[in-house]
Amino acid sequence: MATALAIRDLCKSYGDVRAVAHLDLEVGLGECFGLLGPNGAGKTTTIEICEGLTPPDSGDVELLGMRWATHEREMRNVLGIQLQETQLSEKLTVAETVRLFRSFYANGLGEDEVIALVQLEEKTRARVGTLSGGQKQRLAVACALVGDPRVLFLDEPTTGLDPQSRRQLWDLIERFRRDGRTVVLTTHYMDEAERLCDRVAIVDHGQVIALDTPRALIASLGAEHVVTFTADGMAIEDATLEALDGVTAVRHENGSIQLTATELRRTMPALLTLLEQQRIRLTELSTHSATLEDVFVSLTGRHLRDA
Amino acid sequence: MRDSLRQLVLTRFREFVREPEALFWSLAFPILLSVGLGIAFRNRAPEVVHVAVVGDSARAGPVLSALARSTGLAAERLSEGDARLALRTGRIALAVRMPAAGGVDYEYDDTREDARNARLLADDAIQRGSGRQDVVANSERFIREPGSRYIDFVVPGLLGMGLMGNGIWGIGFPVVDARRKGLLKRLMATPMSRAEYLMSFVISRFVLLVIEIFLLVGFSAVAFGVPLRGSFLQLALICALGALAFGALGLLIAARPRTVEGASGLMNLAMMPMWILSGVFFSSENFPGAIQPVIQALPLTAVNDALRANMLRGAGLPVVGPELAIIAAWFVVCFVLALRLFRWR
Repeated sequence: MATALAIRDLCKSYGDVRAVAHLDLEVGLGECFGLLGPNGAGKTTTIEICEGLTPPDSGDVELLGMRWATHEREMRNVLGIQLQETQLSEKLTVAETVRLFRSFYANGLGEDEVIALVQLEEKTRARVGTLSGGQKQRLAVACALVGDPRVLFLDEPTTGLDPQSRRQLWDLIERFRRDGRTVVLTTHYMDEAERLCDRVAIVDHGQVIALDTPRALIASLGAEHVVTFTADGMAIEDATLEALDGVTAVRHENGSIQLTATELRRTMPALLTLLEQQRIRLTELSTHSATLEDVFVSLTGRHLRDA
Repeated sequence: MRDSLRQLVLTRFREFVREPEALFWSLAFPILLSVGLGIAFRNRAPEVVHVAVVGDSARAGPVLSALARSTGLAAERLSEGDARLALRTGRIALAVRMPAAGGVDYEYDDTREDARNARLLADDAIQRGSGRQDVVANSERFIREPGSRYIDFVVPGLLGMGLMGNGIWGIGFPVVDARRKGLLKRLMATPMSRAEYLMSFVISRFVLLVIEIFLLVGFSAVAFGVPLRGSFLQLALICALGALAFGALGLLIAARPRTVEGASGLMNLAMMPMWILSGVFFSSENFPGAIQPVIQALPLTAVNDALRANMLRGAGLPVVGPELAIIAAWFVVCFVLALRLFRWR
């Protein structure tokens, strides 16, 4: 696969805080690539360095074979960018905003075409100030798409959106991808990364701690299910739990116990029998299929949300 | 014009026109101010000064009638207590007493111009009433010509103040607001030309400027007869140069702040001294000689002086050359500094 984006040994510090520490990444042409990590992991800094908005302390960024120092103008024309927390001018209408952004690009899509793409046709003449959060976010994506970019950067595109708006944005990103173009997005939503991304880099403390397809990352847990339970009374030895049929790992968290298991139909009866034998009363029990969240927890011992 | 520049300029206009407050403060407010000041300081019949004759001695009657004959005075008879109160509160400017020993005694505040005036008028009336003859014959003629009234002085000042306020607010506020909202950074992420972005503010200010001059100068000429003795083209040139200088100052102020609050503090810091010192409402020559060099170097002083020279005295470009040089220097220095310091994200 040809390379769209190559990052080599990237470093960036803000005072004493190391936002990005020796980060390496390669994103293939036509790939949808996700940077996954908790807030403060360095995702936004990394993506803004790639976008040429933040200069790195050291390291190298190559985008479509070009570098910011020498090809800024060409690169700006082929990139579509959506930033976290941009407030577009509230006094302009949707159409005026799109037209303004379109005027900056040498080539691009028609105003109506982009507005239709993000399904804001009914809001064409509405002021930006009157839009809902989801509509504003779609307008931001429209501004990123209007230059008909070859590479699209999205920084937390669905944060703070309601489920319906999120799904609409996901559809949009998938449609863009189907044309063979490249998407790099950051998110701290697992489901988003699992659904959209071909490959995911899990980022923590400014470094890539895991990199693979979502499926392979989950498979790396060695188990596909997670059993969480809380029990009254005496504690159970970890060794006893690990010995249960199909269990691959045991973790304690906020008074509850988490088991990673390969097959629920073998582990569940064994667990219940064990509790019965030891006369331990179960107060809570839940199971779910392993997600990227579980991958993150197993790698860092922390949750993405509260890390 | 390139489409991107056209769209940016249109954006400036839309943002301005769709903000009713901005429209009011920059266009309607200077006119309202000139209406208010014009009414307050309009030319009326020469002012009458209030004086009082104190006590009720036999001599009080003739003195009172002598004072009543003077057209510049309004005389009344007051008791000692009332006269003291009236003097203290400024209701009368002068108290006239007749001491038992003879003659008249004047009590007044010698730092008040109207009080000194009242003393001269009252003494003149009393002396004439007592039979004094003028030694030299005299006659009087009055001139009341536009150009020397307060409204004539203040309209160029208001125009200068409007140029300053609109330049500094009109550029500083939207730029800082765009930075705070992350919009500046978002625009930097497009191929937009930075020069065109800044240029869009300059162009939109120029168009609004023309409207502003026509409105204020036209209104004050029609309503108050404020003269326009100089060339209108040169007046426009002074305004344009002033707008550039204040726009550059606004850009410099907006170069770094990330919050509107921080920027408005800086804007007030820049504008406040000029409101007071630069001769908007009263002549800057009232300030001590020691600080005159500073005052004369301020851009608003230069703009106001040049506007007054043009409008009231009909002075041409050679006369206002030094002022134009000061304004141009402010533009160049502020603009270069602003471009150096400007924080685009």
